Amino acid sequence: MFTTASTTADKLLQMFAAILLFVAVVGVILFIAGRFTGRRGDRTVAYLYLAPVVLMLSVGLLYPGLRTIYESFFNAAGDAFIGIDNYKTIFTDAEQLIVLRNTAFWVLLTPFVATGVGLLYAILVDKARIESFAKALIFLPMSISFVAASVIWKFMYEYRPDQGNVKQIGLVNQIIVWLGGEPVQLLIDSPLNTFLLIFVMIWIQAGFAMTLLSAAIKAIPDDIIEAARLDGVTPWGMFRFVTLPAIRPAVIVVLTTIAIGTLKVFDIVQTMTGGRFDTSVIANEFYSQSFRSANQGLGAALAVVLFVLVIPIVVYNIRQLRRSEA
Amino acid sequence: MSTATPVTTTPPVKPGDVSAAAKAKKKLTSPWASLVAVVIAILWTLPTFGLLISSFRPERAIKTTGWWTFFSDPKVTFENYKAVFDPDSINLADFFLNSIVIALPAVIIPLCLASLAAYAFAWMNFPGKNILFITIFALQIVPLQVTLIPLLSLYVDMGIANTFWTLWLSHSAFALPLAIYILHNFIKEVPSSLIEAARMDGAGHVAIFFRVLLPLLTPALAAFGIFQFLWVWNDLLISLTFAGSPEISPLTVQLSNLSGTRGTAWHLLSAGAFVSIIVPVTVFLLLQRYFVRGLLAGSVKG
Repeated sequence: MFTTASTTADKLLQMFAAILLFVAVVGVILFIAGRFTGRRGDRTVAYLYLAPVVLMLSVGLLYPGLRTIYESFFNAAGDAFIGIDNYKTIFTDAEQLIVLRNTAFWVLLTPFVATGVGLLYAILVDKARIESFAKALIFLPMSISFVAASVIWKFMYEYRPDQGNVKQIGLVNQIIVWLGGEPVQLLIDSPLNTFLLIFVMIWIQAGFAMTLLSAAIKAIPDDIIEAARLDGVTPWGMFRFVTLPAIRPAVIVVLTTIAIGTLKVFDIVQTMTGGRFDTSVIANEFYSQSFRSANQGLGAALAVVLFVLVIPIVVYNIRQLRRSEA
Repeated sequence: MSTATPVTTTPPVKPGDVSAAAKAKKKLTSPWASLVAVVIAILWTLPTFGLLISSFRPERAIKTTGWWTFFSDPKVTFENYKAVFDPDSINLADFFLNSIVIALPAVIIPLCLASLAAYAFAWMNFPGKNILFITIFALQIVPLQVTLIPLLSLYVDMGIANTFWTLWLSHSAFALPLAIYILHNFIKEVPSSLIEAARMDGAGHVAIFFRVLLPLLTPALAAFGIFQFLWVWNDLLISLTFAGSPEISPLTVQLSNLSGTRGTAWHLLSAGAFVSIIVPVTVFLLLQRYFVRGLLAGSVKG
């Protein structure tokens, strides 16, 4: 049951066994809980209900998280304490500095552009006859895997050398050629390649921004709009002084959420360039260092840096939410 | 944590409302507005469309001419799809099965465990309740990268490395904070008089859970279930870490490998990409409402 399943029957059997096992765990807990009645049993029952969750989170998230922080102070093999050397490497090594620079590009560009496009599109298709269809088009990339999205865009960016009869098969280079330019090695030329990778993330996240902001726009009360209209505001004024302030909390949620997602982006870089040609970001570098270069210590330190970078965004988000609720 | 947003609330949309945006739009020079919208819509669909067309073109045609020439010279073939399912080469059928085998328990296990925990948080009093809830809530933002290496050695020590269990357990643990949060928000909305009435009738926790809460919870279970299913289906990082061997790795891993090792085999990549896309897109089209709800709630996960 706990071995590597290799045949179809084995796999399905193991799958059902796993599901049954956990359903049985819940059954046993409920059975025991059923023996405690009245309010006095409350405490026991509560702890019983929480036990599996606390166990899984402690072993699956809490312990590994703390362990990684600990390991980030050790060397590549993980057997000698080296203090903060790994962190020094991240902030001084030339290659790692490029990783940090790229991560900064990603986190600064993706949220704002994706939110901008999402907001613009939400406003443009608002109340259009085919609104839900138009929205589905933009939202669809959100449902597919980052890997599939990367394959789609890798094909768009495909490059063929400019010689003889060779025709471009990537649309972007074909457009460049149609406009009279020379085809470009889009995924190899740095730093252009990083921006092209970022666009893939924008392409995915714009649908998320659009959905949330569109809901926020539709929730603006009628009387506010009516009052502004009677005052004779211009369309731009309507956007600037009515729509935007009203949806501000939603905009902040969208910006911060996309920023957090972008910080952790790994699949796109991994699938499109594998982090080569100066395109690596922290989340990808973590993987390369930990599993390709067998540098556990540096990998752990990169993961910790990632964690630390997420925290201020989350804190900002919570503070803004509190303020808007107050 | 931005998830404090629309988990259970759908914004009130009255039909026939004229929103600020609509007014702004109307007064904007309308043809320009439409043009911009169309340009965005095209930019967002054309890349996928191009690859879809390519997946039906013969290998030679894909490699020598752009997909847009398809319209002047249409040649259709199913060879590419046949090739990616060929058991002797790419063998996507096996990876498709793996994706399913990974995803189902990874959805059901956290749902079972989280409903119990969410019930305890919503309707029971016990010492340490708030601190425990906040801790679990905060765990949502932990980047999974932080956990992977210690988990891997843990799995090796337990003797389950390279089995589906590594993926089931990891995905379940990572899903719990979000699942508990969504379900708790939902359970909290149930009027306490309903629970009190059931208690008066002598119903215990088990009976209340099954007879009163579970039927009410269906939308939240669906929202989380769909989100988690797609999250697991689309995941690359966790699968790459724990499921390196082809016996258990999912579609995403195979597709990503293919992109790395045979980056110019577009006849295989295009067909492979669409095989992996089919399930999420179908789920999206059929269950759009739940899907969007779950997605908005779980957007900081990972």
